[in-house]
Amino acid sequence: MTTTLARPTTTAPAAPSGRARVVAFWTLAVAVPLAFLAVFFVWPVTVMVGKGFVVDGHLDLSGFADVFTQARTWRIIGLTIAQASLGTAISVLLGVPGAYVLYRHAFRGRGVLRALVTVPFVLPTVVVGVAFRSLLVDGGPLGFLHLDGTLAAIVSALVFFNYAVVVRAVGGLWERLDPRAEQAARALGASPWKAFRTVTLPQLAPAIASAASLTFLFCATAFGTVLILGGLQFGTIETEIWIQTTQFLDLRAAAVLSVVQLVVVAGVLVVAGRARSRRERALDLSEPALAVRVLSWRRPPGMPPGDGHALSLVAAGVTGVVVLLIATPLVNLVVRSLQTPRGWGLDNYTALGTTGGSLTVTVWQAALNSLRIALDATTIALVVGGLVALVVSRRPRRASARRAVTGLDALFMLPLGVSAVTVGFGFLLSMHHPFGLPVDLRTSPLLVPIAQAVVAVPLVVRTVLPVLRAIDPRLREVSATLGASPFRVLRTVDLSLSLRALGLAIGFAFAASLGEFGATSFLARPDRPTLPVVIFRLIGRPGPENYGMALAASVVLAVLTTLIVATCERLRTTGSGGDW
Amino acid sequence: MARTFSLTAVMAVVAASTAATLTACSAIGSSDEPSSGGNGTVTLVTHDSFGLSDGLLDSFTEKTGLTVKVVQPGDAGTLVNQLVLTKSAPLGDLVYGIDNSFASRAIDEGVVQSYVSKVPAAKDAAQYAVDGSDALTAIDDGDVCINVDHAWFTAHQLAEPVTLEDLTKPEYKDLTVVPNAVTSSPGLAFLLATIGAFGEDGYLQYWNDLKANGLQVADGWTDAYETDFSGGGGGGPRPIVLSYSSSPPFTVPEGGTEPTTGALLDTCFRQVEYAGVLTGAANPTGAEKLLDFLLSDDVQADIPDSMYMYPVSSAAELPAEWASWAPLATDPFEVPPADIATNRADWLKQWSATVIG
Repeated sequence: MTTTLARPTTTAPAAPSGRARVVAFWTLAVAVPLAFLAVFFVWPVTVMVGKGFVVDGHLDLSGFADVFTQARTWRIIGLTIAQASLGTAISVLLGVPGAYVLYRHAFRGRGVLRALVTVPFVLPTVVVGVAFRSLLVDGGPLGFLHLDGTLAAIVSALVFFNYAVVVRAVGGLWERLDPRAEQAARALGASPWKAFRTVTLPQLAPAIASAASLTFLFCATAFGTVLILGGLQFGTIETEIWIQTTQFLDLRAAAVLSVVQLVVVAGVLVVAGRARSRRERALDLSEPALAVRVLSWRRPPGMPPGDGHALSLVAAGVTGVVVLLIATPLVNLVVRSLQTPRGWGLDNYTALGTTGGSLTVTVWQAALNSLRIALDATTIALVVGGLVALVVSRRPRRASARRAVTGLDALFMLPLGVSAVTVGFGFLLSMHHPFGLPVDLRTSPLLVPIAQAVVAVPLVVRTVLPVLRAIDPRLREVSATLGASPFRVLRTVDLSLSLRALGLAIGFAFAASLGEFGATSFLARPDRPTLPVVIFRLIGRPGPENYGMALAASVVLAVLTTLIVATCERLRTTGSGGDW
Repeated sequence: MARTFSLTAVMAVVAASTAATLTACSAIGSSDEPSSGGNGTVTLVTHDSFGLSDGLLDSFTEKTGLTVKVVQPGDAGTLVNQLVLTKSAPLGDLVYGIDNSFASRAIDEGVVQSYVSKVPAAKDAAQYAVDGSDALTAIDDGDVCINVDHAWFTAHQLAEPVTLEDLTKPEYKDLTVVPNAVTSSPGLAFLLATIGAFGEDGYLQYWNDLKANGLQVADGWTDAYETDFSGGGGGGPRPIVLSYSSSPPFTVPEGGTEPTTGALLDTCFRQVEYAGVLTGAANPTGAEKLLDFLLSDDVQADIPDSMYMYPVSSAAELPAEWASWAPLATDPFEVPPADIATNRADWLKQWSATVIG
């Protein structure tokens, strides 16, 4: 009879097979997303950019000199940075109060408002462009502002599109922040504003930096918005890449500009990453029910004067104005969709059941296509993005491993900052018999959801990560000490605390996929157009019927998005306290 | 307790969405896509504006046993550039929608191979043959022209402009809107009209004059016609717009008999759209049959209603409203396709530098 003495260890003993499974899990968690990104992003972009630098089998970098000696190039770089910075700064300034009102307060219609501000995010830019310009044009309802064709018009449209990005990313963390730290500061005599500035704001900083970097990338790669509202005099790196590639087929110039874009984007990601990691630390997270207050105009009975009620009112006022401004073009859209050559009516909506004479599908079929594709894209994005967020949320002890984790984080943000034209054309060049496989992925229906997932992954990561990172590591340690297996720790700590963020992320990814009209529009999509593609085709045709159908289809897209986002919000609150 | 419940709920949702992805609910799961490259399929690569009336492509399948798969990678410029980049492994068998401003590039790059159709309409198509090549066959044509809002000019008791020169006159100051030549294909066509009219030496001066006379440049046709133009859907402020010779019939008011807008036929540039068999096509015979089909009476008669262009076949009849209100220009401005291919980039850059700044 032998007795084995357990050696004293500080960690809970894991059976060898268990440890192997853990190692295998983390290896997969890193390898699967990396393989996905390498095949469906890095490789196509490399092929496309490479084509611009390799001439007759030789590396030719003379394009850099040609492009950089043009004054126009520098103006374009400056305009890109200026537009994106302005768009980001204003989105953050307006979005933080918005997050406060929509995620820290309870009031009737909150769910509808949260969904409403997300609508612009998915509307096709050509539709928003028309809706915006018809307000701003001379003689239009806002024509007296003389904003048509100005930088201010572009920036306000950028804010219109990206307000929801800030509200959702910041709100997701804010509603879970334990209010007791702020309450303690208040009890010690800090004014509400000072408590916000010194306690809450630093806690929110990682989420704000996260949202700001997303917004910057969206603004820097905005394409249709810039062209429709400002025209080429406000051209950005993105519009220039589009022109050089699709109009001039000057792949050399396009490749140089793609590299410039990559440098700008990488620079922004580094700065944002620094801002995040300086501030990032474990936070006390609580059930939203604890943190949420009822929003009312009158000071609640029993609340002493100077207890932040004024702050709530100011935030509510600002948010009210923003929501009105966001609603104006949307209302304009709905009103115009109800105008028919015979006066007011639902004719444009009835026509959605037809092909409008010559579309390849009816608008309803296109809507169904969009939903099916979005379902695939969301599933892929959730798996890949979830794994990335999980890996990146860990803080390994070795410095090299920590750097690798940070690098991984930045890497998965790149798809948002690289031109859709480069990605789209890259797919065409690389997906015929990829890796010698006898398949032509270029015209495969698989490619569309994959291309959309590449763009949706960073949204999932940015929504889930702030919450995962805020989890106190001691929670995991406690759970492990109490004998939970590593997988059980993942399930009971990481997954359960980030559930609500995952719900947000699903809605976000779904919305992004529904509205995606970047890379997909360059894919040789087989006969299965999505709703944004059909809208684009309709609005380019003459006649009030086509135009009316395009507007009605846009309203359908907006309603569809609102319903799905609202459902996801509901889904994530099921059973977790019920703050509804 | 609540926690466990929500966990189960999310697990169920994830499981359900995965199941949905793998089954017919999603795009990946369903497999009703016709397989490409087979003998029973012919793949048509075309631009975003392609469309035929319901059932027309089915009649082709009935006659030939070939299923048509339509692939639409973008606008006309994007289309040609994608074909150039993928010519070693073409995206399909037949291309339709290359216009005369991109025709020479497609031919020079060897994207299309020669085919001479023997259907009757091919004789009509031959007048638009490009650079002595028989790789591209004209399918339809149309004019890009300045359009005016009759109602606006009547209300303001101002005589309508007639020629390109008129647009630079002081009485028409701040009245004209055109789409951007760099980002829109009708915009490019109008730039070509001015080059045809004033020559390579004179067109920039003309644009300078237009600009001095308050020209507005919109991003695309939609933007110009639906937002800035007073006679379009949006009721904008400008009564002179660049559009098509086929636009006026669409402005006949409900219950009215005459359109409220008209095209100025002395300001037009002719756009011709071609089809061609792609070099290296998997199914070249199918591609030839499909090209013949595009020249058939049925398709030619359908083109005005479905694609807003004029059939190239003289046998096809125009819709009644087109016959009355949308005649083609008798003497449109012309620029040879080879010149366009050589100079397009330079012209656009000079135009951009002059007009956009």
